[in-house]
Amino acid sequence: MTDAARIAAIEAKAARMRYDIVEMIAEAGSGHPGGSLSAADIVATLYFHVLRHDPTRPDWPERDRFVLSKGHAAPVLYAALAEAGYLGRDHLKTLRKLGSILQGHPDSGKCPGVEVSTGSLGQGLAIANGMALALRLDENPARVFCLLGDGELQEGEVWEAAMFAPHYGLGNVTAIVDYNGLQIDGACTEVMCLGGVAEKWAAFGWEVRETSGHDVEGLLDALTEPPADPAVPVVVVAYTIKGKGVSFMEGDAGWHGKAPSAEQTATALAELGAALEAAGSTPASATEGGAR
Amino acid sequence: MSEKRATREAYGATLIELANEGLPVVAVDADLSGSTTTAKFASAYPDRHFNVGIAEQNMIGTAAGLAVEGKIAFTGSFAVFATGRAYDQIRNTVCYSGLDVKVVPTHAGITVGPDGGSHQMLEDIALMRVLPGMRVLVPADYVAAREAIRVAAATPGPFYIRLGRAAVPVIYDDDYTFELGRARLLRTGVHVTLVACGVMVEQALAAAEQLELEGIHAEVLDVATIKPLDAATITASALKTGAVVTCEEHSVIGGLGSAVAEALGELAPVPLVRVGVRDVFGTSGEPAELMAHFGLTGADIAAAARELLVRKR
Repeated sequence: MTDAARIAAIEAKAARMRYDIVEMIAEAGSGHPGGSLSAADIVATLYFHVLRHDPTRPDWPERDRFVLSKGHAAPVLYAALAEAGYLGRDHLKTLRKLGSILQGHPDSGKCPGVEVSTGSLGQGLAIANGMALALRLDENPARVFCLLGDGELQEGEVWEAAMFAPHYGLGNVTAIVDYNGLQIDGACTEVMCLGGVAEKWAAFGWEVRETSGHDVEGLLDALTEPPADPAVPVVVVAYTIKGKGVSFMEGDAGWHGKAPSAEQTATALAELGAALEAAGSTPASATEGGAR
Repeated sequence: MSEKRATREAYGATLIELANEGLPVVAVDADLSGSTTTAKFASAYPDRHFNVGIAEQNMIGTAAGLAVEGKIAFTGSFAVFATGRAYDQIRNTVCYSGLDVKVVPTHAGITVGPDGGSHQMLEDIALMRVLPGMRVLVPADYVAAREAIRVAAATPGPFYIRLGRAAVPVIYDDDYTFELGRARLLRTGVHVTLVACGVMVEQALAAAEQLELEGIHAEVLDVATIKPLDAATITASALKTGAVVTCEEHSVIGGLGSAVAEALGELAPVPLVRVGVRDVFGTSGEPAELMAHFGLTGADIAAAARELLVRKR
């Protein structure tokens, strides 16, 4: 596969995932579209090129691990897991409903492919570090990728974990910040300004890479280039647009955690359907995942 | 009963035994590995010990990640920090995912002593007991602590094992076995049941000796497993004696006394008194002074039993 073809394929997966995200949140009647849509290109790049994994064997010991620290973006993870084949697409319409494997926030006890339950912000990187320590003890070459939100960086535990990974030389950890600039109450800089995010990670000893979180080529470079020092963890600060792909959601903090109305859903799906067709697919031609 | 050892001494030593036996145990500390005694484990198994610095939330999170990957993750600090500072991590990451994390705090209750109320955790049993899937163990002596740690290592899922700083008498022989979820009958009696855990088992036994001199035959139960509670044994004893005194080095709200009251309230309501710390914080002092100050001595338990027997009639 040429680089251009690979990028196009990932973009098509991301377009499919965005369509699924809006459709499943609309069906659920609640959920978090803004931060799911902002992370779609990042998660698609991970699941459809970067991660070494096998959806037919969720417990394969040498699989790369993904921890969604910003657990409220569960729909983007579920969309990726369905598209990759970890779960049947019919599960997507059960999101947030009684008895569903797709809980409001990821539950490793219910959903195949979810490595650990998340949802309380700030906890994912510490877990990822612990997983990476265990993998190193076991001489397992697998890597651990952890996606955080930029608002989430206000949690103190993130920086406890940021201190830890370089200290223990966890070069098998990659953190990714979905830097969409918005949190529930508004702009992150206005709610509680963190200052220079890239500078802070660098000061803790991480190799910092910055890219657009919607540029698949840039993401591929940032996520696959080996670190300069194999004992230094990498953080990718991915600049994104909250609600990316739905015109009326983009850049609006109000779409952090609510479902669109029927009318808004129709508009959003028309836009996302057009993007899907531009990527060479159609809303109706989704890959059927494995029966689970 | 002459030998005295702190229950915390069992922690690091037992982790070394478990690792020697081939179990995939690891330990995560927050700058207190000397106090918790895991420094010994760190010397024996340096690649399996991780010090996160003064960062208890990260301590629990890192232990959780190790457990996700199949390690038996032991982690601890002073009880106040291990539970209070990292409660959300224990709830949402360890218990919600049902991970193989064993939280082993080594400085619980007023017997922490001179450090004072900020460091004397009296609410931890309450905090841990309400978490789905969490097992709560409060061993009475060094031997019980060692065996509790071994049982926790062999049993998947989250555990809380409350250990103490102060040296306390060793009451069990080496043939002792820790039975998860079982109360242990230490003394049979007919007039009143003394239900105790941790350092209060020694005090309950002393109270029973005093009461015996007065012709009051007290039954003594060591409830080292507060969750899951051995409601059957406690209920049977309560029905036999008709009166129960609970004894704990913890707030009377939410701990052993509450757990026993809940069980007896549903199964066998009998007159009951809870001996414990009565909804106040601790204070600086030597452990023995504090036991008297807060009314947790054998004499206090005996007095509570006498008053209760009046009510029983």
